[in-house]
Amino acid sequence: MTQIDFYTIMPISVLVLCASLLLLLEAFYPKGKQKQIAFFAAFGFALTLGLSISQLGNSYSGFGGMVVLDGFSNFLNILFLITGLLGVALASGYLQRMNINKGEYYVLMMFSVAGMMLMSQATDLIITFLALELLSIPLYVLAAFALNRTESEEAGIKYFLLGSYATGFIVFGIALIFGATATTSFAGIVAAIAQPATNLTLLLVGGGLVLVGFGFKVATVPFHMWTPDVYQGAPTSVTAFMAAGAKAAGFSALLRIFATLFPSFAADLMPILAVLSALTMIVGNITAIAQTDIKRMLGYSSIAQAGYILMAFVPFGDPAIRATAVAAGLFYLVAYTITSFGSWGVVIGLEREEGKGLDINDYAGLGKKYPWLALAMTVFMFSLAGLPPTLGLVGKFYLFRAIMEGKLYWLALIGVITSLISAYYYLRVIVIMYFKNGDPIINKDNLLYMSIALCVVITVVLSFMPSFLFSWASNAMLTMF
Amino acid sequence: MIPVNYYLTLSVVLFSMGALGVLIRRNSLVVFMSIELMLNAGNLAFVTFAKMHAANLAAVHNGQIFVFFVMTVAAAEVAVGLALIVLIFRKKQSIDLDQLTHLKG
Repeated sequence: MTQIDFYTIMPISVLVLCASLLLLLEAFYPKGKQKQIAFFAAFGFALTLGLSISQLGNSYSGFGGMVVLDGFSNFLNILFLITGLLGVALASGYLQRMNINKGEYYVLMMFSVAGMMLMSQATDLIITFLALELLSIPLYVLAAFALNRTESEEAGIKYFLLGSYATGFIVFGIALIFGATATTSFAGIVAAIAQPATNLTLLLVGGGLVLVGFGFKVATVPFHMWTPDVYQGAPTSVTAFMAAGAKAAGFSALLRIFATLFPSFAADLMPILAVLSALTMIVGNITAIAQTDIKRMLGYSSIAQAGYILMAFVPFGDPAIRATAVAAGLFYLVAYTITSFGSWGVVIGLEREEGKGLDINDYAGLGKKYPWLALAMTVFMFSLAGLPPTLGLVGKFYLFRAIMEGKLYWLALIGVITSLISAYYYLRVIVIMYFKNGDPIINKDNLLYMSIALCVVITVVLSFMPSFLFSWASNAMLTMF
Repeated sequence: MIPVNYYLTLSVVLFSMGALGVLIRRNSLVVFMSIELMLNAGNLAFVTFAKMHAANLAAVHNGQIFVFFVMTVAAAEVAVGLALIVLIFRKKQSIDLDQLTHLKG
């Protein structure tokens, strides 16, 4: 291993090292003092975040081109690590209230984040596959973490079966790509596509199977059936982490694979991606209207949001606009991550033991009794619906602009119409909070409310100076194309 | 020698059987077996393609090493999956997926 190899994977190795040490520490830690484990986990994430930030602007390629560290992966690594930090903050009080306070929770989360980071850095399909599993297997365990609750077990097994089903598709897809090109490295595949002897049909079928597999992972329609069940059944802190981190990681892999490998097939893939994205937006938003359980509603909302993010990938074959389009997608990913984390945080604040406090009607009266929390939820709902003054609006603006530049007017139109539909169920939460009488009970958890406040501040303040984030995202994209 | 195409056909058949099995069967152990079948169909395809590209030593290594990775990852998945299935069985005395009806809406 050369020095460059080490630099390439330094943040990941530090995170994995911290996780392993924490696992060891946790085994010998006195019972009853488990809460401190959360502190150590946060320290591990913060340390890795510092390292990632210190590597900003650098670009390495290690292990014979199997792993790279460029602007794109650095951007996403920072997002994943922030997700991890917020995940720890959301979980520490919640796990205690739900009587599932075990230190392994944080360790699994750290391994999962390491998988996400590796996924954004992978430039060889072997590494993509390994990273995907490193990300997913801890998540299967986390989804079933509340062993005393049947729903959690059920969520765990459903997530596990559907997740490994997706893995099956991805493995077979990679096998076909390998068959067509005789290599799994991205650079090698790109070189092989240019050769006339390459069997392009085989390659395209393989790419399609990989797309199906990742479609499951990021929950696009028609591969979304597991999402509401898993999001509802899993412990809410896990759901928050899954909805934000795992989805972003899936998109990072999709983006890297499709943008680097298949630009020459853009004409074939573009209609498929466009239809997937349109279906995802329509089905996700319309089904969400009928939901009364807040976790289920946010689950369907996250499906719909995946459709918007996917929309940014549709014009990936058009060299003139793909950098802006994908940068808009990254921007929206950040907006979605922060906002959804905040809204899940509010859900955690109201969730009682035995799964009470999760109906939308349990939010009645929140506006009078806890105006600050209601205000925070209002900001998140506005942002998810794409109303001012929030990051969600700016994100949608960039997205639709990029799509219009790509001359995909019908897709932009569907995006706008479904956004209007989505406003109905997001605003319903606000109406219930402010105009219905009720007596909501919230949990005491300072760390949780601090992180919610942080999410509110980011959502609102960044919406007034989006150019900073957008130019960062654009620069990140430029390193890839 | 058996032509390479036979192996490929077998792997496609295995993969389709696995993919259909997941959708049709209701017993979670059988579903899990079907998933393993899909992974192994991928392995078979990898080995066959490696053999097909035998002139290119790097490709042979690439394909065969991937198989090792898939096998280890599948083992890790088995560890998690069987644990989950045992948990469900302890609570419900059944591993039928149709009885997992707590989450609906």
